[in-house]
Amino acid sequence: MTEQIDQALSKQYEAGFVSDIESETFESGLNEDIIRRISAMKEEPEWMLEWRLKAYQTFLEMDDPDWAHVNFPKIDFQKISYYSAPKSMKDKPKSLDEVDPELLRTYEKLGIPLYEQEMLAGVAVDAVFDSVSVVTTFREKLEEAGVIFCPISEAVHKYPDLIKKYIGSVVPRSDNYFAALNSAVFTDGSFVFIPKGVRCPMELSTYFRINEQNTGQFERTLIIAEEGSHVSYLEGCTAPQRDENQLHAAVVELVAMDNAKIKYSTVQNWYPGDEQGRGGIYNFVTKRGICHTNAHISWTQVETGSSITWKYPSCVLKGDNSVGEFYSVALTRGAQQADTGTKMIHLGKNTRSTIIAKGISAKNSNNAYRGLVQMGPKADNARNFTQCDSLLIGDKCGAHTFPYIESRNPSAIVEHEATTSKVSDEQLFLCQQRGLDPEKAVSMIVNGFCKEVFKELPMEFAVEAGKLLEISLEGSVG
Amino acid sequence: MLSINNLTAKVEDKTIIKGLNLEVKPGEVHAIMGPNGAGKSTLGYVLSGREGYEVEGGSATLNNNDLLDMDIEERAREGLFLAFQYPVEIPGVSNMEFMKESVNAIREQRGEDALSAAEFLKIAKDACKQVQLPLDFLKRGVNEGFSGGEKKRNEIMQMILLKPTLCILDESDSGLDVDALQVVANGVNSQRDANRSFIVVTHYQRLLDYIKPDFVHILADGKIVKSGDASLALEVEKEGYAFLGKGYEEANA
Repeated sequence: MTEQIDQALSKQYEAGFVSDIESETFESGLNEDIIRRISAMKEEPEWMLEWRLKAYQTFLEMDDPDWAHVNFPKIDFQKISYYSAPKSMKDKPKSLDEVDPELLRTYEKLGIPLYEQEMLAGVAVDAVFDSVSVVTTFREKLEEAGVIFCPISEAVHKYPDLIKKYIGSVVPRSDNYFAALNSAVFTDGSFVFIPKGVRCPMELSTYFRINEQNTGQFERTLIIAEEGSHVSYLEGCTAPQRDENQLHAAVVELVAMDNAKIKYSTVQNWYPGDEQGRGGIYNFVTKRGICHTNAHISWTQVETGSSITWKYPSCVLKGDNSVGEFYSVALTRGAQQADTGTKMIHLGKNTRSTIIAKGISAKNSNNAYRGLVQMGPKADNARNFTQCDSLLIGDKCGAHTFPYIESRNPSAIVEHEATTSKVSDEQLFLCQQRGLDPEKAVSMIVNGFCKEVFKELPMEFAVEAGKLLEISLEGSVG
Repeated sequence: MLSINNLTAKVEDKTIIKGLNLEVKPGEVHAIMGPNGAGKSTLGYVLSGREGYEVEGGSATLNNNDLLDMDIEERAREGLFLAFQYPVEIPGVSNMEFMKESVNAIREQRGEDALSAAEFLKIAKDACKQVQLPLDFLKRGVNEGFSGGEKKRNEIMQMILLKPTLCILDESDSGLDVDALQVVANGVNSQRDANRSFIVVTHYQRLLDYIKPDFVHILADGKIVKSGDASLALEVEKEGYAFLGKGYEEANA
């Protein structure tokens, strides 16, 4: 019987297992001493520690935000452990052969092979496990092209000038409550640097895994695309199935210099909690990119996990003629709550932005789109197009749209379209009358609804995203 | 093929089908006519198992299988096809994708191998040409932005692809001009053979000029009140439903 239940559960959330790995985990609690210890674990230079401590001071002076359309008990930051790393990582393994096999098995189970010869050609992976990066593949091949792809903790040592210059330049420490917290306690994440004129020869990706109990994951990613360079970056995330909530507060900063292009794709599948809303990840993330002249940043996200999602990947269109895009699918079911969207800040002339947001709500969940389009006084002839579609499955879920438009330039044009529809009984009946079972029918209808976003994803991810929706929707009918 | 005995069914507490009997043999075409509200569309929905259409009594079998005991998709896989009067849109799902899944679900039931994308494309193109729809309709979302006539032709295309044993056409002629009507009728006629049967539900005799029925039944107040050959349809066209009594004539005026 237990086996059957286990099977049923793991079918719903396939990444819900726990790896049996001996970890070095800090006792829970948040204070200056903890921050000093994180910094010491990473053997950081003094300036980095100071930066963290300033962030912590800022954090203490801030209040937690309450404007999002989500409900949850106040987070007790003293009950969270801010650092956990597999003990085996302490010896700094130099190759995969030295990495704890149990760690490698975790990624194998998740379908992320870390041996280069097994990889899909053309995708380099940085695998982050709790608070440390386990391995980063294809580094040599990337270095030949001048591309830097490494854990951010390593970049602090190796490329201090770049880190000093850019960290916090897009998302300042004081930007918001969770960004301040992240700046104080961030542990690992990826650092990417694409030199002038280089088209990154492969897709870069980071795979985040939370494993240890009662820990938070606070990763920080920084991507710098120099003049005229191109890069496509993907991230994926999963966590074990637990009754307690776990906090994930990340910061991602993108810098696209003149004529550069960054494409950032996310398939977020953190554990969503059970039907009653027990457990799951609190996903409070700040993602922002800055576009210089003629630069282009494109965010694509497929959000199916987390019990709470609070996330607004944004573009600051500083340079003239720069372009920002946001393509999003957010699916909520069970008791999940999502408040997600974007901000497009138009500062330069002729800047353009496109927002396509698709929200799908099933069961008792609540799904909100929140988006800001701001046209600055110098943003002559700037344009925005926003399309915001909600799809409801069943009659107990909710879809909400909160668009904010601020225009301070008379020549700017802002368009907003919004629709709400239901997977109708008629659509289901048509599909079934043509021989399809109801679950296949719903997944087909939902995939059709998401098509405009899925086509923006790199191929392998588009397939994964489609499958993920199918799994997530299981049992949503009736 | 199809055998309906003393079927009674209700929609939201209102009994619409009241003891209906109908026997359809392989290869036959039966037309069902009748005034508004007689239960013509309801019959198609009850037979295909639509939610909200509740059987109160009687039986219906298809190829000796108890139709009423099956789920909607099982009935479809058993060979029952309903051409909708108002086909619904499924945005973003291409006709091609939808029909391929559908054809393969039905092939699986028959123990046949799934068609590959290339194999399916070939038969889909033929079917598309047959109902005179441009080939880009295969790529467009199911019924998305189609005109009324295009939707009806799309239904017939699906019928051609699915090769059902029993086709129920629910007012497939409504809203069509003469040319489109001809296309729909030709599509249906091309599918007539000794093993495939049709129930053609229509309000007007006009369609039956193109699809020659073997039998015509008049459905009124949930029952078949009169049956005959094709000439019965002409009679109705001329005389209206006067023979049913004054109330019906007025209701249909």
